[in-house]
Amino acid sequence: MMPDKKICMPSEMPAANPIVYNKEKCIGCNRCVEICQVDILIPNSEKGKPPMVLYPGECWYCGCCVMECPLEGAITLRHPLMNQVHWVAKESLMNK
Amino acid sequence: MYQQDWPYPLEWDKEEVIQSEVLILGGGIAGCMAAIAAARQGLQVVLVEKGATKRSGAGGSGCDHWESAATNPCSKVTPEELAKAMLEDNDGFNNGISHYIECREGYDRLLDIEKLGGKIRDTEDAFKGAEFRDERTKLMFAYDYENKYTIRIWGSTFKPAMYNELKRLGVKIYDRIMITSLLTEDGKQGGRCVGATGIHTRTGKFYIFKSNASVMCMSRPARVWLFSAALPGLCEFRPTQCIGDGHAMGWRAGAEFTMMEKSVGAEFSASGKSYPPYGAGNNHNTWYAASLIDSNGKEVPYADRDGNILEGVSDRFKPAKGQRFFMKGGNIDNPKYAYEGPETLPLSKMVEEGYKLPFYADLSALPDHERKVIWGMMIGEEGKTKIPIYKNYKDAGFDPEKHVIQCYGRGWTSASFLPQERQLFGLPGGFLNDWSLSTNLAGLYVAGDSLFASNCFGHAATTGYYAGRHAAEFAQENGLMEIDLKQINNEKARVYAPLKNDPHNSIGWKELNMGIAKTMQNYCGEVKRNELLNIGLSLLKEYEETVIPNTFAYNPHELVRLLEVFDILTVSQIILQSCLARDTSSKPLCFHRGDSKETDIDKNNQFITVKQVDNQVHIGRLSLNYFGDLKENYEKNNKDYIGGGNYDAR
Ligand SMILES: Cc1cc2nc3c(=O)[nH]c(=O)nc-3n(C[C@H](O)[C@H](O)[C@H](O)COP(=O)(O)OP(=O)(O)OC[C@H]3O[C@@H](n4cnc5c(N)ncnc54)[C@H](O)[C@@H]3O)c2cc1C
Ligand code: SF4
Ligand code: SF4
Repeated sequence: MMPDKKICMPSEMPAANPIVYNKEKCIGCNRCVEICQVDILIPNSEKGKPPMVLYPGECWYCGCCVMECPLEGAITLRHPLMNQVHWVAKESLMNK
Repeated sequence: MYQQDWPYPLEWDKEEVIQSEVLILGGGIAGCMAAIAAARQGLQVVLVEKGATKRSGAGGSGCDHWESAATNPCSKVTPEELAKAMLEDNDGFNNGISHYIECREGYDRLLDIEKLGGKIRDTEDAFKGAEFRDERTKLMFAYDYENKYTIRIWGSTFKPAMYNELKRLGVKIYDRIMITSLLTEDGKQGGRCVGATGIHTRTGKFYIFKSNASVMCMSRPARVWLFSAALPGLCEFRPTQCIGDGHAMGWRAGAEFTMMEKSVGAEFSASGKSYPPYGAGNNHNTWYAASLIDSNGKEVPYADRDGNILEGVSDRFKPAKGQRFFMKGGNIDNPKYAYEGPETLPLSKMVEEGYKLPFYADLSALPDHERKVIWGMMIGEEGKTKIPIYKNYKDAGFDPEKHVIQCYGRGWTSASFLPQERQLFGLPGGFLNDWSLSTNLAGLYVAGDSLFASNCFGHAATTGYYAGRHAAEFAQENGLMEIDLKQINNEKARVYAPLKNDPHNSIGWKELNMGIAKTMQNYCGEVKRNELLNIGLSLLKEYEETVIPNTFAYNPHELVRLLEVFDILTVSQIILQSCLARDTSSKPLCFHRGDSKETDIDKNNQFITVKQVDNQVHIGRLSLNYFGDLKENYEKNNKDYIGGGNYDAR
């Protein structure tokens, strides 16, 4: 028996949330879905709505989905917290 | 659990047969250039890619520097000198053929890609007057400004340009198909390669590709020692889906490999541990030669290879007194004295001398052109930097004139790892090649990071184009062959088997990958011992016999992830077999034995080759110099190209 159209997904808390869509701006053209080499995104079942991030843990953080999007701000790529790098004003070091 | 409709039609067990004269396996840098070369010879070309060719592969989102462009008009290094240096720097454990091709044809490919729409020079004069810019050609160089053989490029423009050319040339592109096996004449291991099979990553449909010749361009293995179930996409440096399928299917088909015993202590972006590549403070590659400061703002000095402190920023880009040229970049980890470039004094020594942790990369202290070329050109054009680093940091307020960015590891590593956490990085093992970049299987050519001791964008593009040319030649002389039905049926049964298992009592791809990675850490870690390597092999055999038959996948995407892990298991077996075959330690191979005191005895100063014959492992030995004189053999094997290439015209 091969799996049919319904698929079960375990509803586990993801370790990262790499892609954030802006509902107001995204037109649901799915260009981001089509460019992703890891194929972590799927089209929304409702036409015109932002795609869904089906496999957030598999994201490679290349940014190609954002590069492909025709609308500035419709999609944001966000590094996981533990990957967020610290920077400081150089002046604050010099005045220590 | 929640239920979700799979968004694509399911086509399990549907089948399509596709014919071509040249079949390209993988649509990254090497694959695209191989397809372009073969199509330019007028052949019918099919390219199959697991992701989306327009941006797929390690170099899809960008690349900031093109190494070894020894024939560019400003270069003061010859292809022969540079290839010799690459060999010497690795004590001969390097791919003389492929790196000579890289040195010899690299600049031809850059000009090619420029014609297709890739940006390779500063046409807007944004860096006019910069020390690294040649005013006549507007080419911009990195690292050694005197010898000018590494070119800064706007690599984010390259992949779309190649993609458009493929379409223009009529190459048939099949995206979202994972190649799962190679087809051989009469289904025999070691026989001529007559095509491949694949499975659609969204629909699950089965594909049979028949071809006169094929080119293997699926990059190299990963996730062998390193795995994070939570963040599998951040396990390794290369893209999530590039895990060495090509090596595994090659092994099953009887292809020969070398240097597979080589692995290095993990350095980069692994196990969800490391900070983003090129996104943390450092002074390597993309960030060369940023200043480093301590947390009191005191600068860490740069020194030449003799320890002479370099006063000016300019001196960081010059060879030392009496040095012909120096090497920096992706190919070079711990350079030999002859090729060693300027470097900051060791950070551990600085800490001893009272410098305060943490350290930071400081672009504010650099001359304007140097700062702007790092932040805005290199960071931006380098892979994985345009959006997640350049755009996001800028949006969050990072200003390179004011802010300094923290360093998290030595050099470019930005993390620290345990000794048993290893990686195929730098110049790892892979397919063995001859002077036409053919494997030992007739009709199967190989290019890019699939080749042994390979690395880098320019290397992938040049070897891709070269392999495409030679595969086209083979395809013109050798027609299609019947495929073996039994081989097709066995493969179909293999790839679909997990779908028939019950998810409630089977295991998924992540659990299996974690099991394999743990096995490799335990039994094939930093120090190798025969008894441990043998336990590793028998555990993997057990996984093969008892675990693989009990795996499952909910949909085509997860099936592909699972088939990848089957391939990771095969790759791990190749590695263990290769480690067993080398009985003493070898420094250039980063291979350390705990059960033998001898090092580098003559017998072991050879390539060890491995392949399967009738499913038995065959070990061979090959002289480090098996390719002979580079220039002479290159010219003998490329008579037609030399007339038509740009090399002689410069
Ligand atoms: C972040 C980053 C930055 C880099 N920067 C530089 C740089 O500045 N300079 C430099 O010289 N090098 C750089 N490199 C290295 C360089 O990008 C690679 O060496 C080069 O892209 C390798 O090319 P390739 O064609 O062999 O592999 P890739 O370009 O990775 O292509 C392999 C392709 O095979 C496909 N594939 C894999 N398995 C299958 C399968 N089973 N079926 C079908 N298709 C499959 C993959 O989807 C992929 O598209 C960088 C790499 C990374 C990751
Ligand atoms: S985020 Fe952009 S590319 Fe993706 S669907 Fe929305 S508008 Fe299209
Ligand atoms: S960043 Fe890359 S891997 Fe992640 S969703 Fe976007 S395209 Fe896919």
